[in-house]
Amino acid sequence: MTDVTGTNGELVTADGRPLRASLARALRRQKLQALLLVAPLFLFILVSFVLPIADMLFRSVENSIVAKVLPETTTALRSWDPQGDALPGEEVYAALYRDMLIAAKNRTATRVGQRLNYESSGFSSLFRSSARKVKRIKAGPYKPAMIKAHKKWGKLETWQVIANYNARYTPGYFYAAVDARIDTDGGVTMQDEDKRIYVNLFLRTLGLSLTITLATLVLGFPAAYLLALLPTAKSNLLLILVLLPFWTSLLVRTTAWIALLQQQGVINEFLVFLSIVGTDDRPRLIHNQVGTVIAMTHILLPFMVLPLYSVMKTIPKSYVRAAISLGAHPWRAFWAVYFPSTVPGIGAGAILVFILAIGYYITPDLVGGTSGTFISNRIALHISSSLNWGLAAALGVILLGIVLALYLLYDKIVGIDNMKLG
Amino acid sequence: MAAFPPYTSIPERIWHYAFRVICGCIFFFLIFPLVVVVPLSFNAVPFFTFTQEMLTFDPAGYSLKWYEDFFTNVNWQGAVQNSVIIAVFATLLSTTLGTVAALGLSRPNLPFKTLLMSVLISPMIVPLIISAAGMFFFYSRIGLQGTHVGVILAHAALGTPFVVITVTATLVGFDNSLIRAATGLGASPTTTFFKVIVPLILPGVISGALFAFITSFDEVVVVLFVGSFKQRTIPWQMFSGIREHISPTILAVATILVLVSIALLVTVELLRRRGERLRGVQST
Repeated sequence: MTDVTGTNGELVTADGRPLRASLARALRRQKLQALLLVAPLFLFILVSFVLPIADMLFRSVENSIVAKVLPETTTALRSWDPQGDALPGEEVYAALYRDMLIAAKNRTATRVGQRLNYESSGFSSLFRSSARKVKRIKAGPYKPAMIKAHKKWGKLETWQVIANYNARYTPGYFYAAVDARIDTDGGVTMQDEDKRIYVNLFLRTLGLSLTITLATLVLGFPAAYLLALLPTAKSNLLLILVLLPFWTSLLVRTTAWIALLQQQGVINEFLVFLSIVGTDDRPRLIHNQVGTVIAMTHILLPFMVLPLYSVMKTIPKSYVRAAISLGAHPWRAFWAVYFPSTVPGIGAGAILVFILAIGYYITPDLVGGTSGTFISNRIALHISSSLNWGLAAALGVILLGIVLALYLLYDKIVGIDNMKLG
Repeated sequence: MAAFPPYTSIPERIWHYAFRVICGCIFFFLIFPLVVVVPLSFNAVPFFTFTQEMLTFDPAGYSLKWYEDFFTNVNWQGAVQNSVIIAVFATLLSTTLGTVAALGLSRPNLPFKTLLMSVLISPMIVPLIISAAGMFFFYSRIGLQGTHVGVILAHAALGTPFVVITVTATLVGFDNSLIRAATGLGASPTTTFFKVIVPLILPGVISGALFAFITSFDEVVVVLFVGSFKQRTIPWQMFSGIREHISPTILAVATILVLVSIALLVTVELLRRRGERLRGVQST
């Protein structure tokens, strides 16, 4: 046995290494192998997915454009007190003149104008016209010359906005996303009543998602219960009716609902045919919240039925029978014995549907009109039409935060590893 | 007619039928919208509703012209081509990466498993509009916005969680002694992989690939942002069609897509059964 015992009496392998070290090495190698297998996908997801999300986070606070286009002005402004009631001195106007000359040449002035216009209207035209007129200014003093070029340069408020929004990073977009703004004196106040939209939109998104979740639960529970009750051969057949919509393109289902719900659509024609409603007072079923709730309930129903069914399948039927034979009324047996066992399924389905619902874009866009749209539609609008990407990113970050919080809840209740498909 | 035990009370019998009627309505609600688009797609007039002629089964009320439009219109044919190209490449990419990663994830001694898993699953969790916004910002920075490559990479990222989940699920019942047996009999790791592992996990891989394919094939939000008109897919075309001018061609396309999804559903179901049989799992 000299082969397996080393000098200190510990076990060694054939090549004379201590067994413990050898084992650790083998284990390390196995770990490394496993990591290497996961590495390609991990890197791929990191680059193609996680980095874009990080980029969005960055964009929601990034604000380098003001300092980049007006470098001398922002430096000169540091010695000026925005809280005071005096305009900046000549050196700031001279710096502004030099910055504007360069900006006019590089055609970047309008971009700063656009950026600052998000915070206070009028900046877009101020920078556009100043960039045109600044070339005509030949010599100083620049303060009166700039004020002559555009009278807004002589207003305290203009300089306060520039002073408040010239940092490289700004919480401004997040304030805007919750209907607040940085006031001219640097404090944070709520937006005027008529300009508050985002908080309401978030609340509407949450409210409609909750309605949809409840609707899927009310419809999904009996359906899943029947599936669990029937013998396998029959329930598999019925399950096709759940799985087919699940597998069908989202746009097909949305299109179908447009065909069904519109003013001259199948449901309205049917109601008129039955003389339930007159042809002139057809109910509006689409381009409002009703349309969004109906269509999305249908689209998300399978996501409720499937988890519920998989939980109900595991509840032995003998439980309810035992309760009844012990004298419970069938109704009581159901609520006291069966229903509590389905709660994990209800939790899983409800959170899943809710998470999916609050991020929906396509269906609310097509059937929601103006009153039935979600926060996602606002994000899309800011990306493609109003081009306020910073605000879009800030709204996206808030939405992402809500979803991640719900997801952690889902993980607690169900666990990621238990996620099943089909 | 259900055969009731003799002790069943009248309210119980009534409830038995009432419950079935309620469930019937729910299943009707689930399937009716899909069924209704089929006859509407044969409409002779450009409306989304049943005409008098259709209801009286007058042949004049029906026509195939929307199908003809779909098969001849350049926009739609371009969309079909793009959809197939993007979905196929995205599926190949996500299936390859996802399968290899799933093999690593199901090793018992993988460190940081929870962290890795949550990152790999994240494309499925994050709402599409946020993924689309982020990808739009990032891909336009690096010049991939409005390119086929950009859309393929984006779709591959969205499809991988499905592959990872299905293949990992297949590997749960995997008997590791088969690998040791193959190695013990002198097979190289490569031979073991292709001769032993692949045939056993193939059903899981294929259904994962189908999930990835349908994810890309159906996906519209990311295409709208990361792609442009040149990358228009079928859903892209449908979306802009519904927004601009509604033509029953969309219903014809919808009908075809319903048929495609039936085919996919059947395939996945068959694969699942085959996979369970191969691994010796008792079918329920």
